[in-house]
Amino acid sequence: MSDTTTPTPTPLGPVLDTTVVPEHARKVGDLKPDLLLTQEHHMCPGCGEPLVLRSFLEAITELGVAQRSVAVLGIGCYTSFGMTMDVDLIQALHGRAPSVATGVKRMRPESIVFTLQGDGDMVNEGLQEVLHTAARGESVTCILLNNGVFGETGGHMTATTVLGQRTKNSLDGRDAEYHGYPILIGDLISRLEGATYVARGSVHNAGAVARTKKMLKRAFETQERREGFSFVEVLTMCPTGWFVPTGDGPDYMHETLGEVHVMGELKVDGTVRTTEALHEENLRKQREVEAKLAAGGLDD
Amino acid sequence: VTVTLPTTTDRRLMEGSEAIALASIAAGCRFFAGYPMTPFTEVLEHFAKHLPEVGGTCINAESELEAVGMAWGALATGERAATGSTGQGLSLMQESFAEITLAELPLVIFDMARGQGDYFQATRGGGHGDYRHIVLAPADIHEAAELTQLAFHLADRWRNPVLVYGDYLTAHTRESVAVEPIDFGPVPDKDWAVDGSLTGTGRSRLVSPLGFEKFGRPNPGIERHLRAINDKLGMIEEAEVRAETGYLDDAETVVVAFGSPAKFVRYVIGQLRDEGEKIGYVRPISLWPFPTEVVAEASAQARTVAVFELCAGQMIDDVRLSVIGRAPVVGIGGISTDGSGFGVAPLLDTELIRERILAVHRGGADATLPPLPDNERAMG
Repeated sequence: MSDTTTPTPTPLGPVLDTTVVPEHARKVGDLKPDLLLTQEHHMCPGCGEPLVLRSFLEAITELGVAQRSVAVLGIGCYTSFGMTMDVDLIQALHGRAPSVATGVKRMRPESIVFTLQGDGDMVNEGLQEVLHTAARGESVTCILLNNGVFGETGGHMTATTVLGQRTKNSLDGRDAEYHGYPILIGDLISRLEGATYVARGSVHNAGAVARTKKMLKRAFETQERREGFSFVEVLTMCPTGWFVPTGDGPDYMHETLGEVHVMGELKVDGTVRTTEALHEENLRKQREVEAKLAAGGLDD
Repeated sequence: VTVTLPTTTDRRLMEGSEAIALASIAAGCRFFAGYPMTPFTEVLEHFAKHLPEVGGTCINAESELEAVGMAWGALATGERAATGSTGQGLSLMQESFAEITLAELPLVIFDMARGQGDYFQATRGGGHGDYRHIVLAPADIHEAAELTQLAFHLADRWRNPVLVYGDYLTAHTRESVAVEPIDFGPVPDKDWAVDGSLTGTGRSRLVSPLGFEKFGRPNPGIERHLRAINDKLGMIEEAEVRAETGYLDDAETVVVAFGSPAKFVRYVIGQLRDEGEKIGYVRPISLWPFPTEVVAEASAQARTVAVFELCAGQMIDDVRLSVIGRAPVVGIGGISTDGSGFGVAPLLDTELIRERILAVHRGGADATLPPLPDNERAMG
């Protein structure tokens, strides 16, 4: 026996086995919103972003404002939506979409102008842009796709990555002492006078998708009434960037990002609700549902 | 909405900043965004005052990054829009400049630079990728008003940004000026602009620097997109060269200078000619495309080519590339600035310029130049 021992590799937790075709990766329906030019979305299996795409396209269609709508895209995976959305569109730089949207809105105030940005784009590179645009009370809508990683580069830490979350450049999990704390961007924006409607939704299950679509509609309605800045943050799954099996994305999202970036409406008609209040409310609703289930099921 | 445009002003004494703002409005500019910075600040002030009078918008942006981004959005709707700053502020905008050029948006940029050390920044661009901006350098306020209007025309004609290179004197000198709209001829329809009206029609538009097209349409792809822009830049190089020349016929010494300092050089050479000295000058008006042929021709018979610029020597590279050995090229300018660094330089003095031109005229390329004046002279 040799004295040298091979160190046992420390398990890194659930890692995506790329040798097996995931059974979840299959087309489940042929429906597409009118504003999509193709069903293909060019995203990885399990990605949450196409669900948000579908939600806001349906929202502007149902509100009847589609033919006045201009989108401004940041740089991220979702940049390829620019080719597949049948929407007048401007491709902006990484982080700079809110200023571009401002220029459009000031020249075409009758248009509905919205940005689509990721957390790396909006909260890292372009934090000042979105804050100033909100503070100015521009009647534009900013939509944030927040998955807590730079998905396009392959899963790197962003300013919204939650403590403990493993990314390619925080392999042992985000450590506050070493990497600093995540920014709760929705909470930050809700404190600005110029922001009128601020909400944080998610697409990790059907109910969340439905609630997110309602939030998007309220945001666009706020803009339509020219009442100031509206903001919808949507937590999205990125199993590829999180290194988890495709099917585990929704649960992972709910249990990691969702615990910190709490879902709900953070500001409605100028009234701010704190993350703590939202958290309490969410818990109360959950207990109600559990109680109903225990009593024999949901009747509504 | 029909608005009566104050596109014509009576002749009156006005500073360059106001002439630039009024000329922009006469050219149809309806959006401006900027961030205060000396000596550019007054350009922003005059836009802020005059744009709302014609239903336009001027935003005091939170930084240069926001300013150029807002102009980007305004341009994408098809409106004429501009931004500006000093060279320092334009450093912050370079990423957007590069991408706006690749998105083929007709941005106009007013660069009220601190001296002439931003020649490289203006003519090469500090951003990434293969792009160029048309750069126009007025010598005085009249010309600034005219070139401002030309800038909007050229930007639309070529779908390429145009930068107007001025300085402290351009922005702050007052001259008697009347601003009237100038008709430079037709420009192409903006059949690429977006306002949302084509959303959902299957004909929606995509304004992008990336060479993308909507799904189902011919997609140029990035390589063909960049090559097409490069071809266009070649056409601009052929079509848009502008320069003023004087006394070149028998000139033994040719002085090349641009912008406000060129006005001083022109004056000095006029005097020297009256005294019988065989000296001529070339004043590039378009810094890009650079008047290579004009300089080459002027240098063919010359003994020496001298370059007067208020910096360590930047345009001299373009002069050398034009002369390519026909005559020795020597820099007779230098770094010269007032105490604030904003660029009213003690070297900008007709007596000093005269000494330096004569030194090269008499002694050739190897002549010893008088020492550069120092700050105290300007500070009095």
